[in-house]
Amino acid sequence: MTIEPTERSPLMQAIFGRLSWDVIPFHEPILLATFVGAALLGVFVLVQITRAKAWGWLWRDWFCTIDHKKIGVMYMVLGIVMLIRGFADAIMMRLHQALAFGDSMGYLPPHHYDQIFTAHGVIMIFFVAMPFVTGLMNYVVPLQIGARDVAFPFLNNFSFWMTAAGAALVMVSLFVGEFSTTGWLAYPPLSGIAYSPGVGVDYYIWSLQIAGVGTLLSGVNLLATIIKMRAPGMTLMKMPIFTWTALCTNVLIVAAFPVLTGVLGLLSLDRYVGTHFFTNDFGGNAMMYVNLIWIWGHPEVYILILPLFGVFSEVVSTFSGKRLFGYASMVYATVVITILSYLVWLHHFFTMGSGASVNSFFGITTMIISIPTGAKMFNWLFTMYRGRIRFEVPMLWTMGFMFTFVIGGMTGVLLAVPPADFVLHNSLFLIAHFHNVIIGGVIFGVFAGINYWFPKVAGFKLDDFWGRVSFWFWQIGFLFAFMPLYVLGLMGVTRRVSHFEDMSLQPFFVVAAFGAVLIGFGILAFLIQLYVSFKRREALRDDSGDPWGGRTLEWSTSSPPPAYNFAFTPRVHELDSWHDMKARGYERPRDGYVDIHMPSNTSAGIILAGISAVLGFALIWHIWWLAGLSFVALIGTAIGHTFNYDRDFHIHANEVTDIEDTRTRQLSALRS
Amino acid sequence: MSSLATTLSPEERNSFYLREDHHPENATLLGFWLYLMSDCLLFAVLFAAYGVLGGSYAAGPGPKDLFDLPLVAVNTSMLLLSSITYGFAMLEMARKRQTATLVWLGITGLFGIAFIALELYEFHHLIHEGAGPQRSAFLSAFFTLVGTHGLHVTFGIVWLVVLMAQVHRRGLTVPNMRRLACLSLFWHFLDVVWIGVFTFVYLMGVLR
Amino acid sequence: MSTAMHKENEAGSPQVHGHHDTGGHDEQEPHGSFKGYMTGFILSVVLTAIPFWLVMGDVLPSKQATVLIIMALAFVQILVHMIYFLHMNTSSEGGWNMLALIFTAVLVVITLSGSLWVMYHMNENMMPMDAHEMRQAP
Repeated sequence: MTIEPTERSPLMQAIFGRLSWDVIPFHEPILLATFVGAALLGVFVLVQITRAKAWGWLWRDWFCTIDHKKIGVMYMVLGIVMLIRGFADAIMMRLHQALAFGDSMGYLPPHHYDQIFTAHGVIMIFFVAMPFVTGLMNYVVPLQIGARDVAFPFLNNFSFWMTAAGAALVMVSLFVGEFSTTGWLAYPPLSGIAYSPGVGVDYYIWSLQIAGVGTLLSGVNLLATIIKMRAPGMTLMKMPIFTWTALCTNVLIVAAFPVLTGVLGLLSLDRYVGTHFFTNDFGGNAMMYVNLIWIWGHPEVYILILPLFGVFSEVVSTFSGKRLFGYASMVYATVVITILSYLVWLHHFFTMGSGASVNSFFGITTMIISIPTGAKMFNWLFTMYRGRIRFEVPMLWTMGFMFTFVIGGMTGVLLAVPPADFVLHNSLFLIAHFHNVIIGGVIFGVFAGINYWFPKVAGFKLDDFWGRVSFWFWQIGFLFAFMPLYVLGLMGVTRRVSHFEDMSLQPFFVVAAFGAVLIGFGILAFLIQLYVSFKRREALRDDSGDPWGGRTLEWSTSSPPPAYNFAFTPRVHELDSWHDMKARGYERPRDGYVDIHMPSNTSAGIILAGISAVLGFALIWHIWWLAGLSFVALIGTAIGHTFNYDRDFHIHANEVTDIEDTRTRQLSALRS
Repeated sequence: MSSLATTLSPEERNSFYLREDHHPENATLLGFWLYLMSDCLLFAVLFAAYGVLGGSYAAGPGPKDLFDLPLVAVNTSMLLLSSITYGFAMLEMARKRQTATLVWLGITGLFGIAFIALELYEFHHLIHEGAGPQRSAFLSAFFTLVGTHGLHVTFGIVWLVVLMAQVHRRGLTVPNMRRLACLSLFWHFLDVVWIGVFTFVYLMGVLR
Repeated sequence: MSTAMHKENEAGSPQVHGHHDTGGHDEQEPHGSFKGYMTGFILSVVLTAIPFWLVMGDVLPSKQATVLIIMALAFVQILVHMIYFLHMNTSSEGGWNMLALIFTAVLVVITLSGSLWVMYHMNENMMPMDAHEMRQAP
C-alpha cells in the first residue's frame, strides 16, 4: 500500500500527499463488497431522511443539541453502530481461524487479517465500550443528582462529536488506504515508521487522539457536574451508587487519558519528525512505550467496568425491592479500586524482564485489587438475599454478569501470578480472560443498563421476549466462543495467528466460531427487540415515569423527561431519595412554576469536530497544506466561538406550566 | 449539609423540592482546574520519558556540552516576571480598573514572548550545532519536554491576546473576569512546570 | 459543603452551563493581595537563584548533595507558587481543588518513580552495561 514517491510529480505530491487512486482497495473483493454494501445502506438512509424532510430537525434538535439526554442517546447510537462493525470483524476472524488449517489458508490474506484484529480491538474498546459508558453516564447522572444539565453543555456536544469524528476516521480507513496491522495498542518498533511506513498506524494515532480529546473533556465535564450540581441535601454519601461509580470513572478518565495522549504524541513524533523515543537505534527504548501506554491502559480497564458496577448495583437493588446492601462498603470499594488501578500496570508485561522484585510488587497489587471487587460481588448477593426478586430483563443480564464475571475475575487472578503469566502471556488464555470480563462485565452491563433506562428515555419499555432471547444467545454464545480459547491458551496457542499447522486444534476453533455465530444472533435479537418494541410502543407504554418501582431521582420525573428535567429542583434527605419521597407521601407540585434558564443549542461543536476530522485526515495522508489550513480554521473557529456571549435563553413559566399540566393529566388518568 | 437533616422540622423534612429557582455554583474554575490536573499528567509522561531516556546520548553530545545555563537563568526570570505581572493584572481586575488591567496583561504577554523568543533561539542554536531532536533519544526527550512547555506558553499568549480584545470590547464583565481567572491559573501552572524543567532537565542535566 | 451549596447567585441566573453572562459575583476566586504576590515573587527569586548559583558556581564538593538540595528547593518553590500565585488552600471549591491536586501529585509520583524503577530494572536485567557504555551505545 505504500506509494513510491518517485512515481508522482512533486505537484501531485504537494496537493494530494500520499493519497492516490491506488489506495482505494479495488483489488480486495471482501472490502469492495463491504464498501458497496455500506454505500448502498448510506444512500438508503440519506434518501429516507431527505424524503421525511428530517434534515432540519436532525440538525437543530439533535446534532446541535446541548441537552445531555439527547447527547447520551447519540452516544448509545454510535456505540450500537460501532458494535455491529466491531462484531463483523470478530466473526470474520473466528471464521478465518476455523478454516485456516493445514493446506487451507483461510479466506483472509495475512495483511488483511492483521488489520481486522487491530480494528476489532480498537473499535470495541474506544468506539463501542467508551461511547456506551459515556452515553449512560451522560443520560443518567444529571437526572440522578437532580440537575438541569451538565456543568458545560456546549463542551458535552463538542465531546460527542470529537468521539464520532474519531470513529469516522476509523471507518474511512476501511475504504481509503488501510488500517493499522499492529494490534490494538500499536507497540513499537513494529508501529514505528521503519516497520509500518503506510498510513495504517497514522489512522490509528489520529482517530484515537481526536476521540481522546472528546473523552477527556467529557470526563472533566461530568466530574464538575457531579461535584457542583447535586441537588440540595445530596451529600456525597447520599449520592446514588451509579453516580458514585461515574464520579470515580471520570476521575480515572481525567487522570489517565492525558497519558495516552502523551504516549501517542511521542509515537507520532517518532513517525513524523524522526525522533528516537521508541526506535531500535539512537538510544530509543521500545519498552518505554509499553510501560507508558499501560499506565493509561490499566486505569482504562476500570474506566470501562466501574460504571457498569454502578448499573448492576442499581438494577439489583431495584429488582430485589431492597436498599443496596453495604452501600458504604460499595463506595469505599469503588474508591479503593480507583486508586489501586494506578498501581498494577506492569502486570500487562511481566515478561519484559524487570526481574523478581518488580514483578512480585505488581503481582501482589494485582491480587489485592481483586479484593474490593469480590466485596462488591458479595454486596450484590446479600442485596438479593431475602429480597423479592423480579426477574425482568435487566436483572437477567445482571445474573448473567455475576456468573460470567466471577469466572473472568478468577482467571485474572491466575494471570496475576508472574510465573504463570510467563506461560500464558499473549496466549489465547489471555484473550479468553479479557473477553470474559469485558463481555461478561461491560457488555452485559450495558445491556442491563439499556433495558433498565430505556423506558425513561423513550416512554415505553423494551420488549421482554426478545430481550430474553438476546440475553440467552449472548450468554450461551459467550461460553461456546471463549471456553475453547481457555483450553487452547493452556495448550500454548498464541493470539493473532492467521494460520495453524496442528490439525488437532481445529475442533476448538470451530466451536469458538459457532459461539461467535450465537453471539451474532444475540446482537440480531437485540436489534429486533428495538424494532419490535417500537412497533408495539402503545402496548409497552409507561406513563408513570417509574415503571420498575425505582429508588433514585431519575424515576421521579416524566418519561421522557422534559428538556429542563425537573420543574423544581428536588431536595434530598436520604439515600434512595425517590424511594424516600414515595414512602413519605410526596405530592407533586402543580403550580407556581417559574422561568427556567437554559443554555442554547449551538453548531460550534459539530463544526469544530468536523474540522478536526479533516485535520486528522490531512495529517494521515501528509497533505500538509490542508493540515495547515484546517489547523488555522480550527483555532479561528474556536476563538470565534469565544466571542459569542449569548448562549442561553429562558423557558417561560407558561411553557413549563403547559408541559407540567399535561403530565398532571397523564398521572391522574393512570390513577383513575 | 449534615446539619440540614438533623435540625429539620417535620414540614421541612417532608419538603422535597425547592419552590424558588435553584442556582448551583458556577463550575468553570473547578472544571478548568481539573483540566490543568490532567495537563499535569501529560507533563508527567514527558518527564518520565526524559527521566528514562535522558542518559541515552547515542554517542552524541550530552547536557554538559549543550546547555547554556546563563541563558536558562535569563529565560527563567522572564517567566517569573510574567507571573508577577499577571498577578498585578489580577489585582487591578479586582479593583475594576480596566486600563491598568490591560496594561499589565500586555506586559505579561511581552515577557511571555521574550521567553518564547529565547527558547526558539536556544533550539535554533542546538539544531545548528547538529544536536537536533533526531540526534539521540536524550535530545528527542529534551526537545519534546521543553517544546511542549513552550507550546503551552505560546497558546497562553494567543489566549491572552484574545482575552485582551474581549476585555477591551466588553469590559470587565463577569464572564471576562472568569476567563481571566482561568488564564491566571494556566499561566501560573506553566510557571510551576518550568520549575520542574529547569531543575530536572537543565540543572541536574549539567550535574549528570 | 452546605455554604457552598446554598450560596445564591445575586443576579439570579441558574448556572446550568459554563459561560453565562448575567451572573452575579458569586465566585469567590481569591485574587490574592499585593503583599501576597510580592512575597511569592521574592521567595521564588531566592529559591531560583540558589540552585542556579549552586550549579553554576560549583559550590558544593558533592554532586549528590547538590542534587538533593536543588530538588528540595524546587519542591519548596512549587509550594510557594501554589500558595501565593495559584492561591491554593483547603477551602476553595469546597476542598475539591486541593483534593484533585493531592490526587494528581500522587499519580505524578507513581508515574515518574514507577517508570524509572521499572525501566531501570529492565535495563539492569536485559542489557547489563554501565552508565558510560549506555551513553555511547548507538
